Amino acid sequence: MIVAEQKPFEEIKQMISPYGRVLILGCGTCMTVCDAGGEREVSFLHSALRLAQTKSGNGTHSFSEYTLKRQCDPEFLDLLVDKIADVDVVLSLGCGIGVQAIAERFPDLPVLPGVNTSFMGMTKESGVWDERCAACGDCRLDETAGICPITRCTKGILNGPCAGTKNGKCEANKDMDCAWILIYQRLETLHQLERMRRYYPPRNFRTIPRPKRILRQASINAGGSDD
Amino acid sequence: MINSLFEEKLSSGEFVVTTEVGPAKGADTADLVHHIDLLKDRVDAINVTDHQSSVMRFPSLGGCLLVKEHGGEPILQMTCRDRNRLALQADLLLAYSRGITNVLCLTGDSIDVGDHKEAKPVFDLDSVQLLKMIRTLESGTDIEGNELKGVPRFYIGASVHPEADFVEPQLIKFEKKVSAGAQFFQTQGIFDLASLRRFMQYAAQFNVKILAGIIVLASARMARYMNDNVPGIIVSQAIIDELADVEKGKGLQKGIEIAARLIKTIKDENLCHGVHIMAVGNEGVVPDILEAAELVSVSP
Ligand code: SF4
Ligand code: SF4
Repeated sequence: MIVAEQKPFEEIKQMISPYGRVLILGCGTCMTVCDAGGEREVSFLHSALRLAQTKSGNGTHSFSEYTLKRQCDPEFLDLLVDKIADVDVVLSLGCGIGVQAIAERFPDLPVLPGVNTSFMGMTKESGVWDERCAACGDCRLDETAGICPITRCTKGILNGPCAGTKNGKCEANKDMDCAWILIYQRLETLHQLERMRRYYPPRNFRTIPRPKRILRQASINAGGSDD
Repeated sequence: MINSLFEEKLSSGEFVVTTEVGPAKGADTADLVHHIDLLKDRVDAINVTDHQSSVMRFPSLGGCLLVKEHGGEPILQMTCRDRNRLALQADLLLAYSRGITNVLCLTGDSIDVGDHKEAKPVFDLDSVQLLKMIRTLESGTDIEGNELKGVPRFYIGASVHPEADFVEPQLIKFEKKVSAGAQFFQTQGIFDLASLRRFMQYAAQFNVKILAGIIVLASARMARYMNDNVPGIIVSQAIIDELADVEKGKGLQKGIEIAARLIKTIKDENLCHGVHIMAVGNEGVVPDILEAAELVSVSP
């Protein structure tokens, strides 16, 4: 899933300041799981903004809230048509993709990012999210015992650990495991150490022209029907 | 084919001494030149560090040009941290065109340990891939297979960490570096000769030259600081205790003594092909170490 953090409250207040009627829009998928912009965070932010306005005594905003199942999907965006009829701006708590999907779908409507989209990862434990994939476009997890060197090694290097690893930790951060020690240990457990002895050539950054696009190819996933 | 004086020295079987100089942050090269002049006839080659510890400084290539100008034998340290494969190849062509033919290929420290923490970490290649890329250039094409007009030749090396706490993955990488074309190695700092002996027994099967890295410590505090903060350095407790025992102000003297003792034992036992002295900021004491190790003035 995509992981994000809500922007600092002051920054959000600053962003919405030119606008009167603000729709705070949550996302029911990734942003809900990472506690950055689900229904609950939308309602908290709504209350906080209202309260701040009352306290300051000179606010001119009116707020409404809503949470879509997903902001990155045109199908769900249709549900917004009614909600935006009388708002001046959408403060999206969706990831960067959600924000852009709204901008593309509603050309006349300003939309603001309420979260900083950070990475693709997983919930490690309650309240802790860890990055796990950088979408490199050439997955090599089969060669590295299911541990991603591109994301989990600070340098993203492919041919084994640098000399900076100490106590199994990374030279960049003593609290972070060295990806290559993890890979080494798991390859050993799996009796696959020979995979670490192979030479891995430089990455092909051309597998990711920006912006990327994927077209569905007929029959690739059709289970043996291709000829 | 012999591609440099340094290679010639190592091939002759002589005990070889290299050291390194770290350029300053800024355009003033006076100290650098002073150290080059001081060391060029006392050692067989001088490494110039490449933004060591990811701290921005005067560049390695510029320092190597100065070593050359002043009649020394430079070893270009080249890291993958700041340049992509285009820039690395271009710098190598420039180096060769100016007679700089020894290259130490390193991945480079993490950006996070340096003074430009928000810079983009490049790491387009790693050290193994850099070694291989140099071999490709020598075969007459760039890394994409396009023909070169004028083909460079280098003597290339890499680093290895015999005292790493997880040593096997380091040895796997060492072997990959050998296969990729590394001809010489300068090890990370050695403090415990037992691990160097073990490593050399293992490394004897490979046709490469190995120089033991000797770090000159100036105090117990510096040793502890390096253990905590400098990538790839593990100073043994015995050495820290030795440094802690001397009276205030005598730390560097002790550090020189320790370095000289290590070097002398390595040479007397014929443990490896030479040593690489890293004085980290105290380049001026390298002649004292050589003298204390009874290695005075390696003939130029
Ligand atoms: S190798 Fe790593 S970054 Fe690339 S696709 Fe696989 S998990 Fe993602
Ligand atoms: S210590 Fe490990 S994770 Fe950190 S940069 Fe080096 S190889 Fe990568």
